[in-house]
Order: sequence, then C-alpha cells, then structure tokens
Amino acid sequence: MDTRSILLVGVGGQGTILAGKILSAGLVEAGYDVKVSEIHGMSQRGGSVSTQIRFGKKVHSPVVGRGQADILVAFETMEALRYLEFLKPEGKVVVNNYQIPSAPILMGKAHYPQGIMETLKEKANTSVIEAAEIAQELGNMKVMNMVLLGALVKAMNLTDIDWEKVITASVREEFVDINIKAFNRGMEEFVLAEA
Amino acid sequence: MKKLLTGNEAVALGAYEAGVHFAAAYPGTPSTEILENIANYEEIISEWSPNEKVAFEAALGASIAGARSLAAMKHVGLNVAADPLFTTGYTGINGGMVVVVADDPGLHSSQNEQDNRYYAKHAKIAMVEPSNSQEAKDMVKAALEISENFDTLVMMRMTTRVCHSKSLVEVGERKEVPLKPYVKDLSKYYVAPAVAKQLHVKVEERLKKLEDFSNETDLNYIEWNDKKIGVISSGVAYEYAKEVFGDNASYLKLGFTHPLPSKKIKEFAQQVQSLYIVEELEPYIEEHVRALGIDCIGKDKIPNIWELNPEIVARSLLEETAPTIEYDKSQVVNRPPTLCAGCPHRGFFYGLKKRKNVMITGDIGCYTLGGADPLRAMDTTICMGASISLGHGAKKVFDKYNKDMKVVSVIGDSTFFHTGINSLIDVVYNKSNTITCILDNRVTGMTGHQDHPGTGYTLTGEETEMISIPDLVKAIGIKHVRTVNPLKLNELNEAFDWAFNLDEPVVIISKYPCVLKKWSQYDKEEFEPLEGKCEVDVEKCIGCRMCVNTGCPAIYFIKEDRKVKIDPVQCVGCELCMQVCPTKAIDKVGE
Repeated sequence: MDTRSILLVGVGGQGTILAGKILSAGLVEAGYDVKVSEIHGMSQRGGSVSTQIRFGKKVHSPVVGRGQADILVAFETMEALRYLEFLKPEGKVVVNNYQIPSAPILMGKAHYPQGIMETLKEKANTSVIEAAEIAQELGNMKVMNMVLLGALVKAMNLTDIDWEKVITASVREEFVDINIKAFNRGMEEFVLAEA
Repeated sequence: MKKLLTGNEAVALGAYEAGVHFAAAYPGTPSTEILENIANYEEIISEWSPNEKVAFEAALGASIAGARSLAAMKHVGLNVAADPLFTTGYTGINGGMVVVVADDPGLHSSQNEQDNRYYAKHAKIAMVEPSNSQEAKDMVKAALEISENFDTLVMMRMTTRVCHSKSLVEVGERKEVPLKPYVKDLSKYYVAPAVAKQLHVKVEERLKKLEDFSNETDLNYIEWNDKKIGVISSGVAYEYAKEVFGDNASYLKLGFTHPLPSKKIKEFAQQVQSLYIVEELEPYIEEHVRALGIDCIGKDKIPNIWELNPEIVARSLLEETAPTIEYDKSQVVNRPPTLCAGCPHRGFFYGLKKRKNVMITGDIGCYTLGGADPLRAMDTTICMGASISLGHGAKKVFDKYNKDMKVVSVIGDSTFFHTGINSLIDVVYNKSNTITCILDNRVTGMTGHQDHPGTGYTLTGEETEMISIPDLVKAIGIKHVRTVNPLKLNELNEAFDWAFNLDEPVVIISKYPCVLKKWSQYDKEEFEPLEGKCEVDVEKCIGCRMCVNTGCPAIYFIKEDRKVKIDPVQCVGCELCMQVCPTKAIDKVGE
C-alpha cells in the first residue's frame, strides 16, 4: 500500500501528542512502518501545534507539505482552517467543534472567525465531532483527544487494530476505562457525523 | 525487538549500547531529551552542565581520562562551546568522544538558523549525519569507533526533524568497553604554542586519512536505480528526496559528511545525467561538489531558508505542485505562544512596562515572551547571557553622552548560571549602574523543566548543593540586592522605585516557581501555593481592559457586551488581574 499521512493539529496542551503516541503504537503493532514528527519547545506555550503520523510498507519522510495529507484532524476549530492547505483535495477533515480563542482574540484585537464549519464542509469531506460535549458527558474534558482519536480510526478504517489493548498500555490504570469509552464514542460519533 | 523512538531517544540508546561512560549537556530545543534519556541508564555518568562549554570540556576530560564520552547541545550551544571544540580538533581524544549538535531549520525554537556542518570543516574534525532514528543510534557507535580509530573528535549533526521524529529502531544490548589507560602526554594535551604547532601538522595528516575513510565507509553509499537523475543528499533531506524521486533516481547517501568523499562523489557524478544536491539550509555539500569541478543543481532551486519537506523539494526540482484546497486563509487569526496563566513572569513585566526612559535588555527563555503583545516590555534578545553585558555597554554610552536612560537587564535563573554570571562581573568590575533582574522560577522552564545549579537537584534527581543567587551576586560585589514575589505588584513596584533611585548596580531577584513546575521539597517549604480561581463580577466590570492587558490567556474580553470573562479551567488564581482592576470587579472563589 501507499504511505498514508495523518495530520493532527490543535493548541498546546490539548493532548495531540498522547493521541499521536497511541495511534502510532497501534500502527506499529499492526506491522506498518511508521514515522511520527512533533514540534516541542516554544510553540507549546499555548501556540499552534501539529503532529504528523505517516504509515505504510516503507515510510521515508516523517513530514509532508502542502496538499499531501490524507486526513486532517483538528482538535480546535480554527486550527482546521490554518492547516487545510496541507490536505489533499480529496482528503478528509475531522474537526472538533471546540474553540480556543488565541491571544489577539482574547485581547479584543481580532474576532474568532465565523462560519469555519461551513467553509470546511464546502471545501472538503468534513465530519464535525462534538468531542467537548462527549468528554463532558464522560466527566473529564481531557479525554477529548481520545474521542477525536476514535473518530480518526473510524475515518481511516483502521478498526481491525486492537485499540483497547494499546490504550490500556498507554495511559495510567485509573484512566483506562474513561479513555476507552471516549475512544468508542468517537468512533460512533464519526459514523453519525458522516451520515 | 523494534521500538518507535525519537532521534534523541535513539542517540541515548546508542550511547548506552556503545558503552559510553560519561555524558553531559545543557538543555536546549531540539536536543534536550538526549541527556534526559541517557540519565535513565545508571551505567553512564550523566550531568546537566551550567552551559555547553562546560559540558563539552567535562566530556573531553572524561575522554582524556580514558572514557567513552558524549556532549549534547543545540546548534547555538556549539557557539558557546566553540573554544574547546577547535582545540580538541588539534589534541584529539583518548576514549572515543562524540559531540551531538541539534540544528533547528525552520527556527521552531531558536534565535537563528545556522548550519553547524561548517563547524566540522572549520574545526577539522569528523562528522556524521543521521537521517532517521535507527541511523542516529547506529551512528553513535560508528562515531565512537571512528573517534578512537583516527584519534579525532566526531560531531554528530542532527536537525529538529531527526531529533523529534519517531521511527523504528532495533534495540540491542550494552557492550561494556574498558576505560583506556590514562597517560600523561604533554605533546598531545598541553597545547602551548610549540606543541600546538606540531599538532597542526598531525591534524592535516589525519584529515587525509579521514578522507580515505570517507570514500570507503558504508556510511556513504550509492543506490543505483535509473541514472537520468542522480541525487546527493544527507540527513533528513535524504528522506525527502527518497519520497519525491523513489526508484526513479540513483542516490549517493552521505552519512559521513566531513571530510566529504571526493572520489565517491566523482564516480557517482560521472554516471548520472543530471546531478541534484538535496540539502537543508546551506550549500555545504554543493560547494564541495562545485569545487571538484562538477556541475550540479542545488541551491539555485532549493531554498536555503527555513526547513524543507517533500513538497518543497518536488516543487523546487520537478516544478510539480501538489494540488491544494483553495480558500481564504486571511481570516485565520495568529496563535502566538504566550506566557501561561499564572506565570510569575507576567506580573514582573506588567510592573516593568510602566517605567519610562528605560531600555530593557532581554535574554533567552520563556520570559522572552515578555517582549510580545500586549506586554512588549523588552527591547533586545540576542543570545544566552547577553541581557546583562549588552545592557552594560548601552548604559555606559547613555551615561557618557548624557542620555537620560535607565537600563534594566532581564534574565532567567538557568540563563544566569549559563553565562549571565560573567556579564554581571563586567557590570561590577567596570562600574556600571544597570538594574539586573533575575527571574528565578526555580527551573529551566522553556525546555521543559530541567534542574540547574540553583534548584538543589542534579539531572539524576540526586540532592546537591543549592547555589544561592543572592549570596552569589553579593560575592561578586553587588551591594544592592532584593528578592521579591512577582505575584505581589506592590512589592515589585516598590523594588523598582528603590532600584531606579540608586546610582550603583542593583540586582532584583523575582522569585516564584514556574506555574507548570512540579514543586520540589524546597519549593514547598519556601512558597505559598496558589489556590482558588478569579471570577469577574459583571456588575462592577467597566470593560476597561486593564486585566486583559496583562496578557493572561485565561482572560477573555467579550467585545459585544464590553465585559471580561475568566476561564475557570485555565485560571490558577494568581490574583494579578485582581490587583490591576480599578473597580475591584474581580473576586477570588473556591479558596
């Protein structure tokens, strides 16, 4: 198979790195060659963050450029628009309906852009995920990342991998159940969003 | 067994398997995790050093004592360590020694985009460049063997996308390597001019031998495919080239990049129709190829600014543009990094920015963000330690030419230990009257919470002497020293009033732990923790935005109703907003 490229984007502190870690562990377990690229350091202080995951028979580059990602998973709504140019025109967008205003918006110097979801839907195959709502229902906002991971796994049709096993091995024991629940809800939510 | 590792983790594993005995570093993105991971192996003596020069020299000392040693640093760290680097080029080593340097193409977390490959050429040492994590691990071992076989320091040059990308690595066992005997050898390690003169002759002989090795080693290999296009590449750029050309081109893959393999390059170039040099940043390989009289396509097409990726390589060389989705990107608002909610630096800069006729010289760390909107309380940021010495020079000129300007130099605790001390000695010695503010948040913050000589703990978590900053600056000769809590604006402003009225050098230590820091026992004994959350009483809020102007990411100005809201998830209850609110509209809840 050809190498497939996943782009996870969000805001520092949203758990993109853990989601990427679980995703890549599952892909390795399934026998794929995998490369992951992350950015650490200054951008983590509330800045825009991205994790790239590429998998296939043999992966060379750990990163892709504009127009090269198969799927864009945005943990924050505006970040989807920031990185949309990295998506292949036939690629998929999984976007969290969750807004984090950036510094210029907080200070009243700019408005949070309106109509992002409409733009995304018009331009690409987009599924909107209510990850915040689901995470709140489950009782821990931090598991938003697992909801989105579940949606991503469904969107990429990677459901043959034993994700429960991977999640169990990746998070602290007391959080295993809630993370698995969030992951499963994310898979269901994707089906609903697509339909 | 194969594991998915970052390049930095792979370097640590390589050091372990190759029997390294000693490793030292100063943290710096993207190199930090190398020593953090080496520290997990108790077989290796591993240390944070106060700066990169010290780390390098400690590793050299270990090598001369007979050990296999490693020093790690980010690209600009090698500038600090350049002095011993060049002379080590002359002396050579005893136990194998490798210096790992991590360049940052794209300036993800750096002040410049220098290409450190030129250092290897300049210092006349050997260099290896891994393209992925497996190579990073293997090349540590190869580098140590080259180091010992040729009596040379070896530089391993990495880049952000090698350091922070994960790929699969075969995990092996540690092979213990006995220490080499320590032999006193004045003709090698005592570089008085007469000795160094002879050493330079040896260096040139060694370079010839290393070039022969470069032509023979499997680290530089050819992959023959279609011969219409030939690609010479190294580092992560090789992976990009493979992604773009696949089997439609032949490759000369360079893993050993100083000295470059002239013979192999000529052989390869002769057999291909068009020769492409794919490299990130400067035309280091290309200049060599052109000096051999070989025509090639390189930096005339591929940019030498910012990092590459497969799309840029394809666009530059093949004029192939991947189709993208067209949309209006102008509505996307910037998301610059900010000081965290509850960051103790915020109060400090908020207090400082009110001062008039002041030049604020800054330094490298999280607090560099004090120069960004809305605080903008910083005039310069150059390099580690420069705040104090640069401020000193400026103040001397202001005073001599009767300019009514105060100078405040702002530096973090770890940066002060790094190179700020020397600069503060300059202030005292040359009788300046700058105000030096040491923002002591009890940790090396930006790089992800590493200990330093002021925290009381070593890299491996052992308790150690906690160097007292007030005692240290007093010992240097600073007579006016005051420690303040930056979360208390009154205390801070009073200290500024005091300092601005003195005509001698002053040090203000702004001391409170980083809001993200896991408090040590010492922190728990010394500081009051933050409790509760701040909440706005909308009746009292007049929408003046004083609190918004602190730049706290938990505070949100709602334009429509001209009121402020505080996000209870982000707020940690530092109370800075309460102190700046003119109508006392912010209360504390949940204490």
